[in-house]
Amino acid sequence: MMKQSVSEPVIKVRNLVKKFGDFVANDHLSFDVQKGEIFGFLGANGAGKTTAIKILCGLQKPTSGEIQVAGYDVYTQAELIKKNIGYMSQRFSMYEDLSVRENFQFYGGIYGLSGSEIKERTKEMLEDLQMTHISNKILREIPLGWKQKLAFSVAMVHHPKIVFLDEPTGGVDPITRRQFWEMIYTAADKGVTVFVTTHYMDEAEYCGRVSIMVDGRIEALDSPEALKKNYNSTTMNDVFIKLARSSGNTN
Amino acid sequence: MKGFILKEFLHIFRDLRTMLILFGMPVAQVLLFGYAITNEINNAQIAILDHSKDPVTQEITYKLLSSGYFQLNDQLSDASEIEQAFKKGKIKQVVVFEPNFAQKMTKDPPAVIQLITDASDPNTANLLSNYTQAITGDYLRQTSGSKRNLPVINIETTMQYNPELRGVFMFVPGTITILLMLISAMMTSISIAREKELGTMEVLLVSPLKPLHIIVGKVIPYVILSFINALIILILAATVFGMPFQGSLVLLLLQSALFIVMALSMGIFISTVSNNQQTAMLLSMFVLMLPTILLSGFIFPIENMPLPLQILSNIMPSKWFIIIIKSIMLKGLGIAYIWKETLILIGMTLFFIGMSVKKFKIRLD
Repeated sequence: MMKQSVSEPVIKVRNLVKKFGDFVANDHLSFDVQKGEIFGFLGANGAGKTTAIKILCGLQKPTSGEIQVAGYDVYTQAELIKKNIGYMSQRFSMYEDLSVRENFQFYGGIYGLSGSEIKERTKEMLEDLQMTHISNKILREIPLGWKQKLAFSVAMVHHPKIVFLDEPTGGVDPITRRQFWEMIYTAADKGVTVFVTTHYMDEAEYCGRVSIMVDGRIEALDSPEALKKNYNSTTMNDVFIKLARSSGNTN
Repeated sequence: MKGFILKEFLHIFRDLRTMLILFGMPVAQVLLFGYAITNEINNAQIAILDHSKDPVTQEITYKLLSSGYFQLNDQLSDASEIEQAFKKGKIKQVVVFEPNFAQKMTKDPPAVIQLITDASDPNTANLLSNYTQAITGDYLRQTSGSKRNLPVINIETTMQYNPELRGVFMFVPGTITILLMLISAMMTSISIAREKELGTMEVLLVSPLKPLHIIVGKVIPYVILSFINALIILILAATVFGMPFQGSLVLLLLQSALFIVMALSMGIFISTVSNNQQTAMLLSMFVLMLPTILLSGFIFPIENMPLPLQILSNIMPSKWFIIIIKSIMLKGLGIAYIWKETLILIGMTLFFIGMSVKKFKIRLD
């Protein structure tokens, strides 16, 4: 499903370094992500994934390195980057005391969509999700799986070029996870680049390419098939464990 | 921006607890402070032990009882009953006239009135004995034909700005201050901390909204609500308790707006250093509420504090705001007299905004 593109990559990272005092969270990361690609970003807790995502989203400044996201420079054009990316965090990040519709309206509003655009897209998304009948329900009353799907739609409300998903399926049942990945495929088919972190190794198999971070460095970066072949494993789980062991980190 | 403010109002209106704190508390507090907590004396129960029972003692007794401050609870006939009368607990003071009071007054002065007061509550005891002395003194001046009894010096006291010594005049400025502080600072700090705790703050920061917009959007609803609250308290104070309005209403409202902005900037600062609602709440309670109540001169006069506390009270924004409200409401003073306090509040506002921005930037790096 990976679309090979000859055009400029949408995410371009060269020698990204991020230090917190003496601690090196990101140690010379370099990678490209192509348009419409589903890019898996794996690593144990504390390996530096979240820091890297925060830098790509313009939430933190890198210590050094050359980084472009959606064609813009993270040092000087963070505002333009923010307009072109969507973000969904590991914690459920919508307002529990607002209704489904109000959440859409709010997030559409902060991305500067006009009233009629918001109305149109809300209607469209509710129909896609088959949630029109619960549009006025307060979010607190909706099951987690549904909320997670809503959060993905909210992250896409402004039609971003890239969407960052930080452990989007944490705590979600297998069926909803499956449906969630269908949504991700649909988005990728439309040309949206998906940058996703996960702890589920079966999900890693769904990605076009996967990078595995260990102790702040990228230890491996390839398609799941190639990785399994290189590391002589049958599953991504084995690949991951082998990599983590090789670095002396038995996490 | 409009959507942001709307969303914030929805948060407030949908949370019963927040609504109660916002609107129930101000009204309850004003009524409580106005009615229940008072340092005036009304109808204090006293007993009289009159060994003389002559026209003069009866006249003085009548004067005392008709003053409105005292109410006769018991007529005692013997000194041994005094102890018993106090032990029943209702009586605050016993007035004892010595035998042959009128006779002694003219022929062998001085005639003695003994005041025995229940000093387990020292302030009340003091007030009661002062009132009694004042009323007796008045009586003597009015009636005594004999020049010898006229005091050489006559002190005439005028209670300026609050002639009836109404306690409510003191409590209303304090209550406004506390409530504005509570609502503005505590509620904003909690609501910002809540966004951090729930993870929605991250999403907001990833959006094209600038941090300044996020903060302004969160703060504006509380500015509006705090202002409405200040108005409610002032209207209650004026209508229910007859609090006077000597000065300019416009100036008072402008000053309230300044204080609200100051409290909000404090709230924002608190939220930048706390990561969840509990921390924000505790910090607000200990950093804002207690010092505001204890050190602002609201309940305990600053002049009576030990020097270190007096110095410390200067960094309490509420101290300055209470001075401002009292000056405007009770004394009718204009800006020319309170510019110093105003400048201090403006300075504190700038300080907290500056600190918050600095904190915010550090977090992003």
